[in-house]
Amino acid sequence: MTFPIEITVNGKSHEAEVDPRTLLVHFIREDCQLTGTHVGCDTSNCGACTVLLNGEAVKSCTVLAVQATNQEVQTVEGLAPPDGPYTPIQEGFRQEHGLQCGYCTPGMLMAGTALLNEIDNPTEGQIREHLEGNLCRCTGYEMIVRSIQWAAENPDGIPVEIGEGS
Amino acid sequence: MSLVGARVVRKEDPNLISGRGQFVDDVKIAGTAHMVFVRSIEAHARIKDIDVSAALECEGVIGVWTSENLELAPLPGVPGLERPVLAKGKVRFVGEAIAVVVAENQYAAADGAELVFVDYEPLGAITSLSEAMAENAPLLYEEIGSNVVMEVPSPNDHQETIDAAPHNVSMHIVNNRCAPAPMEPLVCLADYGPSGLTLWASFQAPHHLRNTVSSWLGIAQDQCRVITPDVGGGFGAKVNFTPELFVAPTLSKLLGRPIKYTQTRSECMTQMYHGRAQEQDVDIAFDDDGKILALRVMVFQDQGGYADPTGMGLPALTTTMAAGCYTIPNVSVAWKNVVTNTTPVAAYRGAGRPEASYLIERAIDQIAYSLEMDPVEVRRRNYIPTENFPYATHSEIAVYDSGNFAGCMDELLNIMDYDAIRAEQEENREDPSKPLLGVGFASWLEIAGFGPPGSLEGFGHLGSWESVQVRIQPDGSAIIYTGASPHGQGTVTTFAQIASDYLGIEFDKISVRHGDTATIPQGIGTLGSRAVAVGGEGVKTASVKIVERAKQVAAHLLEANPEDLTVEDGNFSVKGTPSQTVSWAEVAWTSFRPLEIPEDMEPGSLDTTVLQQVPNFSFPSGAYGCVVEIDKQTGDTRIRNMYLVDDCGTVISPLLAEGQVHGGVAQGIAQALYEEVKYDENGQPTTGTFVDYLIPAAPELPNFTASRISTPTPNNTLGAKGIGESGSVGAPPAVINAVVNALRHLGVTHVDMPATPQKIWRILQGGAK
Repeated sequence: MTFPIEITVNGKSHEAEVDPRTLLVHFIREDCQLTGTHVGCDTSNCGACTVLLNGEAVKSCTVLAVQATNQEVQTVEGLAPPDGPYTPIQEGFRQEHGLQCGYCTPGMLMAGTALLNEIDNPTEGQIREHLEGNLCRCTGYEMIVRSIQWAAENPDGIPVEIGEGS
Repeated sequence: MSLVGARVVRKEDPNLISGRGQFVDDVKIAGTAHMVFVRSIEAHARIKDIDVSAALECEGVIGVWTSENLELAPLPGVPGLERPVLAKGKVRFVGEAIAVVVAENQYAAADGAELVFVDYEPLGAITSLSEAMAENAPLLYEEIGSNVVMEVPSPNDHQETIDAAPHNVSMHIVNNRCAPAPMEPLVCLADYGPSGLTLWASFQAPHHLRNTVSSWLGIAQDQCRVITPDVGGGFGAKVNFTPELFVAPTLSKLLGRPIKYTQTRSECMTQMYHGRAQEQDVDIAFDDDGKILALRVMVFQDQGGYADPTGMGLPALTTTMAAGCYTIPNVSVAWKNVVTNTTPVAAYRGAGRPEASYLIERAIDQIAYSLEMDPVEVRRRNYIPTENFPYATHSEIAVYDSGNFAGCMDELLNIMDYDAIRAEQEENREDPSKPLLGVGFASWLEIAGFGPPGSLEGFGHLGSWESVQVRIQPDGSAIIYTGASPHGQGTVTTFAQIASDYLGIEFDKISVRHGDTATIPQGIGTLGSRAVAVGGEGVKTASVKIVERAKQVAAHLLEANPEDLTVEDGNFSVKGTPSQTVSWAEVAWTSFRPLEIPEDMEPGSLDTTVLQQVPNFSFPSGAYGCVVEIDKQTGDTRIRNMYLVDDCGTVISPLLAEGQVHGGVAQGIAQALYEEVKYDENGQPTTGTFVDYLIPAAPELPNFTASRISTPTPNNTLGAKGIGESGSVGAPPAVINAVVNALRHLGVTHVDMPATPQKIWRILQGGAK
C-alpha cells in the first residue's frame, strides 16, 4: 500500500507515492536526492536530520513523510543559492570553525537558523539550550556557539576571501 | 606571508556547510541492494538453529546468508583468536553478526532481518574482568583454557623499594568503557564488477582496508579500490576491521549488484569497537618531600568477545606512558589481556594513553593528600627537568623527545586564579546555598606522531611512514595527494598551509586530495595524532624537493643561477634584483615543454612522491586545570571552568588546533562525568542507544580557557608534535581530581568515572568511601 504525497522542499514541489512508514528524512534523502540532511541515530537524539518544517526546526527522522504532505520543508541545501552568498549562519560556521567532520553540521545550521529566526541576538545560554537536541562529537560546542554568535552579530554576512581569515 | 601559524578558514567547509559533502551513504549507484544484519541477542550462547524461511518469503528480500551457506575466512585479527565474519556455532557478545539479509531497499532488508529466528543455548555470560578471571569461570575460548588470553609479567615488581619507602599508596582504578560514537556510524558500499571491486567506506585508513580486503578476497590490489570520501568522525574506531566491510564485497560479487550497508546507531553502539575498558592496580611509593620512589602498575585490559590487534596493544601503550611527566627511578609494569562477553575493544581517541595519564595523575593527587601538600607542588617536585631531554623512560618504546612541564604549569597558573578558587571553595563549604567547589589538575603527557619504523606495523599496518605526492599543474597550481585520511581534522587546510609556505604558491591554488587508493600513493592513514607530525612533514619534504627542481627551470628562463633565486607568493625572483622575476605559472608550464627546459631535465619533473619517515614518536604535553561545582542536594556535577595549556610544539593552524583540543577535552569530560557503556548480569547492553548513553550536548559543556606554549619536537623539521588526542588524555584526570578535591573534606579519596549525580549523591549521603 502506498500513499500519494506532495511536499515542497526548498521551494520545489516533490510528488511521490510512498510507503506510509517512510520517514521524512528518507524521503528527503532518497526521493528528493538531497543528501545534505543526515541520519546519526535511531532514537531522535542526535539532530543531524534537523530541517525546517513550515519554518520550525524538526527532526526529520521523527516525522513521517505522509505527515509533511502539502507542507514546506527547508533543508541545508535551501539555505543559500548555489552561487552564494552564504547565509550569515553558514558564514559564521566557516569563520569560527564551527565544524570539523561536518556530519552534524546541516542539523546545527538548521537548528541555528530556527533560533535566529526567533531571537535576533541570543545569549550564550540561549544558544546552548536551543541546541540541546543536536549532538556534535567533534567540536565541544564552544565554536558552534561562537559561530551562531557571529551570525547574530553579522546579519548581512561578510564576504571574506578564503585564506585571509579574520 | 607565512601561512604556517596563521588563522586560516578551512578549505573543507564550503561543501560541508552547503549540504554538498559526500559521505558514503550519499553515494548512489543504480541497482544497489541493501544489507541488514541479524545480530545476536545473547551474550554467550551456542547457536542451535537459524531459521531463515520466513525472511526469504518477505517482500523485497533477495537472500539470507549465514555461516552455513556462505563460506568466509575469519576476520584478519589475532592468531588463535580469529573472529568469524558471521558467527559459527557460538556467539560471544550481544550484537555479533549471525546472518545477513539482502533486499531491494533498507526497509525490506530490516523487515527480513526481523523474520530470522535464531535458537540459542545460553552458556553463562561474563561481563566483567573479575568474573572472567574467577576460578571455574565459563570460558569464551575452551581451546585456550583461560579467559586471560595474553599475560606480560614484570621482571621486577620493586616490592622491596615499595616496602622500604617512607610512604606508599595503593589504588584500584577503573577506566570506564566508552563508545567512540562518531556522528556517522559505519557505512559501506561495495561494487564488485568484472573489472574489480570498488569499496566506499567510512574509514580512517583506506590503503590499510584496501590491502586487507584484497588479500582476504584473494584478488590483486590493483583490482581493489577503496574510497573514503567525507568521513563523519572516527576517533580511532574506524581503523579496525568489522564484518560489514568484508560481507558487502562478498555479496556484491555473489549477486553482481552493488551492496550498501548503513549501520544504525543502535548497531553502532554494540558493533563499533569500544574504548578504555581497563582496570589497574597501582602502587606508588614516595618520600616525605613527595618525591616519587617507585611506581608499580598492573593493567587488566578487557578485550571484549574477540581480540583485535590494536586492542591487544592498548596495555603496552598505557604501561609505556605510566610514569607521565615525572622522574621515577623504579617503574614496574605488567598486564593481562582478558576476554569477556562484551563488544570488542580497540582504539578510541588516545588509545591507552588516557588510561596512563589518568592513573599517574590520580596517584600524584593521592601523594598530595597523604602528605597534606599542594598537588601543584607535588607535581613540580617530580617533573622531568627540561634539560634532561631526550629522556629515556622505563620503557624501551618511549624516549621523550622534548617538553617543558613546569612551563605548562606556570602558564596554567597564569590563566587561572588558583588562590581565589581555593578561598571560594572554603567559603562555599560553609554556605548551604552554595555548591561545593573542587579544583583539580593534570600535567599530562602522551605518545603521538605514530611513528618511527616498526611502530604501526605491530598493529597490522604496512608501515609507519606517510605518503605525500606533490604534483605541479601546468598553470602553476598544485595538487597534494596524501595517504593521511582525515575525518574532520582539517588536513586539506593544514597541508595546503604547509605547502604554500614551502612551494611559494598561493594557498588558494593548492588542493589536497585523499581517500582514494586508485589515485593516492600507498599510504597509512589518520590515527595516533600523526597527520601533521608525519604527513605534514612529508608535505614540506616534497615541496622543498619540487622547489629545488623548479628553480632550475626558473633560472633557465631568467638566465640566472638557481642558488640565487627565491620563491614567494607565486613568483621566482633573483635575490637582490627583485625586478627579475618569473611566475610560478610560467615555470610550471615550461616544465612540461621539453624544448624549453634545461637539457639535463625531464619534462614533467615537478612531481614527486615521498614516504615520510620520522625517527621517533613525539610527546605532546600540557597542564589542565578544572573547577567543578557540585550541587549539595542532588550531587549534580558541573564543570565551571576548564583551563587548558597545550604544548604540541609548532602549531600549523591555531584555529584548527584549538578545535582539536576542544573536541578532545569534550570527550574527556564526557568520560569523566557522563559516559559509560554498561551491561547487565546477562551481558545485555543497558546503554545501547543515545537515550541511555549520554553524549553531552551543548548545555552540558562549558566554554574553555585555552592557552599554549611551544616546545618543538626535534623529530621533524616543522617541530609539530600532533594534537588530535591531547584533550582526551588530559581532561579526565583534571576533572576527577577536581571532583575528589570537592569531596575531600568528607574523607573521599577516589571516585570512579563517570562521576554521575547518583554516585556523588550517595557519597554526600555518607554512603561511600
